[in-house]
Amino acid sequence: MNPAVETIVSLLILVGAAFALLGSIGLARLPDFFARLHGPTKATTLGVGAMVLASSLHFSTTAPGLSLHEIAVLVFLFISAPVSAHVLAKAALHRQRRKDDR
Amino acid sequence: MKRLLPHPALSAAIFLLWAALSNAASVGALAVGALLAVLLPAVTRRFWPDTPRLQRPGVALRLAARVALDIVVANAAVARRVLGPLSRLQPAFVEVPLDLRDPFAATILASIVSLTPGTVSIDVDQTRWVLSLHALDAPDPQALAAAIKARYEAPLKEVFAC
Amino acid sequence: MLNFAIETGFVLIGLAMTLNLWRLVRGPDATDRILALDTMTINAIALLVLFGVRAGSSAYFEAALILAVMGFVGTVALAKYLLRGDIIE
Repeated sequence: MNPAVETIVSLLILVGAAFALLGSIGLARLPDFFARLHGPTKATTLGVGAMVLASSLHFSTTAPGLSLHEIAVLVFLFISAPVSAHVLAKAALHRQRRKDDR
Repeated sequence: MKRLLPHPALSAAIFLLWAALSNAASVGALAVGALLAVLLPAVTRRFWPDTPRLQRPGVALRLAARVALDIVVANAAVARRVLGPLSRLQPAFVEVPLDLRDPFAATILASIVSLTPGTVSIDVDQTRWVLSLHALDAPDPQALAAAIKARYEAPLKEVFAC
Repeated sequence: MLNFAIETGFVLIGLAMTLNLWRLVRGPDATDRILALDTMTINAIALLVLFGVRAGSSAYFEAALILAVMGFVGTVALAKYLLRGDIIE
């Protein structure tokens, strides 16, 4: 395997894993639910996205032919993350209001 | 043509997705993709709301590039805030009055806001046309709202001409 | 170098999983737990991708894709349940 490609793949994996960890640190550390929502929706999505990209690059250079199907996971993650964050935020707001009413 | 492909953009997306999933390995796989690209929009036609036409593909591409760059660059800023002292954070709920009047464009704007770090969209009020969002650290909510309007809403408005 | 990156990646994602687990146990609200579960699913995708690269096999990829789809549907279904007390209206 080409050493330059190997360096890029390794870097993408390391940076991606670091961002994923960062998202979880945010999830564990931040004080209230709406703040906690920030970590996983962005840092984790970006981190895992970088790792998926690394996998695509790795298999495109080691196996014959391009390996594009990882891109499908990437696209799906980036479409689904804001939607689940939005739905969760709505649910949290709903529960908070109901608690305040009681 | 219009009856065969009611949503050309959707058909193109399905075809590209299928090509990616099957690694574009063979002519057969591409043929199946083309078949799905014609069949799926036709079958699910009734579920799709009237989506506005893409008026300016060039602006759309530039917006996509800008959003991708923002996601990467601004994630570093959020990283600093998550790891730094929490007492200095100023979380805030911000309401952004929208100029858009289209549910589809508003949904895209909400998704962009959620993906760019520091903000998560919470609700799109389609009677008052207000986007409410939560910002992790917003010392100046008014400036944030203005920045979102200028940076993302104005190009979107141009793209869909609504 | 690639091996080092993969091993480190496993450690970092493992730490992230532990933090998610802590939030899952701790709560305090149901929405926090759903968020923790969602994050765990996405991290599991990362683990599967890493396994795939290390094993040099793209067979792990299908599992990752299915996990991505099912995780999203599960999160939306749970949030919808909290919102309406019903999943299918």
